[in-house]
Amino acid sequence: MDAFGNLLLGFSVALTPVNLFWCLVGVVLGTVVGVLPGLGPAATIAMLLPLTLKMDHTTAIIALAGIFYGARYGGSTTSILLNIPGESSSVVTCLDGYQLARQGRAGAALGISAVASFVAGTVGVLGLMLIAPPLARFALRFAPPEYFALMVLGLTMVVFLAGNSMVKALLAMLVGLWIATIGTDLFTAESRFTFGQVKLLGGVDFVAATVGIFAIGEVLVNFESRAGAELFKLSKGLRNLFPTLQDLKDCRFAFLNGSVIGFFVGALPGAGATVASFLSYGLEKAVSRHPEKFGTGVIEGVAAPEGANNADAGGALVPLLTLGIPGGNTTAILLGGLILWGYRPGPLLIQEHPQLFWGLVASMYIGNVLLLILNLPLVPLFAQILRLPYYILYPLIVGISIVGVYSVNNSLFDVWMMGLFGLLGYLMRKLDFPAAALILGMVLGDALERALRQSLMMSQGDITILVTRPISGILLLIVAVILCLPAVRKVRSWRGEAIEREG
Amino acid sequence: MKQDKGNLISGACLVAFGIYVMSVASRLPYVSEVGPGSGFFPLWLGIGLVLLGAYLMIASFARSRNTGTNESQSWKTTGRALAGWLALMVAIALLGRIGFALSFVILTIFLIVALDRRSALLAAGVAIGLAVAFHLIFVIALDVPLPKTSWGF
Repeated sequence: MDAFGNLLLGFSVALTPVNLFWCLVGVVLGTVVGVLPGLGPAATIAMLLPLTLKMDHTTAIIALAGIFYGARYGGSTTSILLNIPGESSSVVTCLDGYQLARQGRAGAALGISAVASFVAGTVGVLGLMLIAPPLARFALRFAPPEYFALMVLGLTMVVFLAGNSMVKALLAMLVGLWIATIGTDLFTAESRFTFGQVKLLGGVDFVAATVGIFAIGEVLVNFESRAGAELFKLSKGLRNLFPTLQDLKDCRFAFLNGSVIGFFVGALPGAGATVASFLSYGLEKAVSRHPEKFGTGVIEGVAAPEGANNADAGGALVPLLTLGIPGGNTTAILLGGLILWGYRPGPLLIQEHPQLFWGLVASMYIGNVLLLILNLPLVPLFAQILRLPYYILYPLIVGISIVGVYSVNNSLFDVWMMGLFGLLGYLMRKLDFPAAALILGMVLGDALERALRQSLMMSQGDITILVTRPISGILLLIVAVILCLPAVRKVRSWRGEAIEREG
Repeated sequence: MKQDKGNLISGACLVAFGIYVMSVASRLPYVSEVGPGSGFFPLWLGIGLVLLGAYLMIASFARSRNTGTNESQSWKTTGRALAGWLALMVAIALLGRIGFALSFVILTIFLIVALDRRSALLAAGVAIGLAVAFHLIFVIALDVPLPKTSWGF
């Protein structure tokens, strides 16, 4: 049967009233989970997994996958409105999304985020439908040297996050990489930089660090201004409550960029939505006609990472369903569910259980439409949060931050860490160090070190392994080109100035 | 040029921090039986921090000499932010002793009265209202086990 025939079979499964109902329950629950920082989709799916044992398995996977990709839709809400990234993949959305909110364009940012999520989510499902098996085979060619090159490519995005000073961005990234080394070394089981704290053996909690740096840091900066200072410009009329046609036009490339990068990076086990969101943001800034405006509230700066974040969900299901390899926490729990229900995810799953695979694919199309219908009308409602007086808004942000961080591990230690990172975030703002560069280092540090050390083990210490393999060689070549970009731009501007002087 | 003194100090702090990272990393094995050791990666990070921190220091020192920079004006309002941060840390310290609801109420009242110069009555109203909302949404509806006292909140 061809893909179209298979898809028809899938729709016949997904459009039954029971499956439609559970798809709706899944995406609504996912949106709620995404909006609340700390309460991630992995924990929610893990909690609900035992309840699915008595359900039809196709219905169960449709509901759980709905939570998985629905959470990606909701994740942008607190990033845009309150500068609180609920997950690591939402960090990039804060950069321009929160600035748009401050300019009175929160509705436009939330709306474009929903549209980007819809477009990219649909592209992700198309990819899952059409190129899942060959892509999964390609992903298997990624060994440690290729992962190292991919992580270095991710880190080079610091070039686009640098702002006024590349040196400061690199320093922030190095501090982030150092934070990632805190805890137990996975190769030798030695503890590093734990300061005698047992709770640091597992490393620094990511949510605590990001919420501290972004949300608490921002609140502290705003404490400086005297009472009555205006934090957000409020949008007047309907115009700024939704994205304009010009916004949609400006985001055409961002939708495509986010969709493609998100899907392909998502298909690589272990790479994840965070890498995809940083890469798509970097690419969007690199090709933009006004790169200097990124970080000050550019609508494409929301569309690209949000698209990547959502297309990643479709990509992440590729290795899970076709090879039985989970790419992250949530897909690992979904794999557990499939095994619990008696399936063997792998190359034969599609042939042996077409109704499960194609039913899931079709339900994701339906789920994406449901999410758009659900989310767009909610945009003006969410945007009203910014109408709250600042003496309510600040405690609200602090309260959500404390609850969100505490609820991840039920750990007061994490809340302490959030407070300390809040001070760091404040100082970074004051001294003009880009916080996103630190987060980038922190997110990629662990995977980078692991891939580098595994590569050197493979080659018995020969570092040329990183450049002699075709995929890693090409990726590192791209890295070299990206690193040359600022120098090329500088030379161009010098030449331009020189020509002007002579003219 | 108001950033230059800040850059000089932050560069110096990062150099010192890089030296600390290098010293800890040098006590960890650079090479292990299975390949690069646990000190391998942090050592190079420390070297990078020292080099780039030194560059930041030198660049800002040179610039401030050329331009005769004055103390940054942007640090004058730091006291308010640090007071807010200290209040947050005190509230976090109280979380385990008096529960989320009470410590959040105290923190909110302090922020509104001391930093925003609003009336205590308004502050108490906002603080209690938000604490109740948090309790209803997170503790009752979502079953998030927030720190609480023996009174149940």
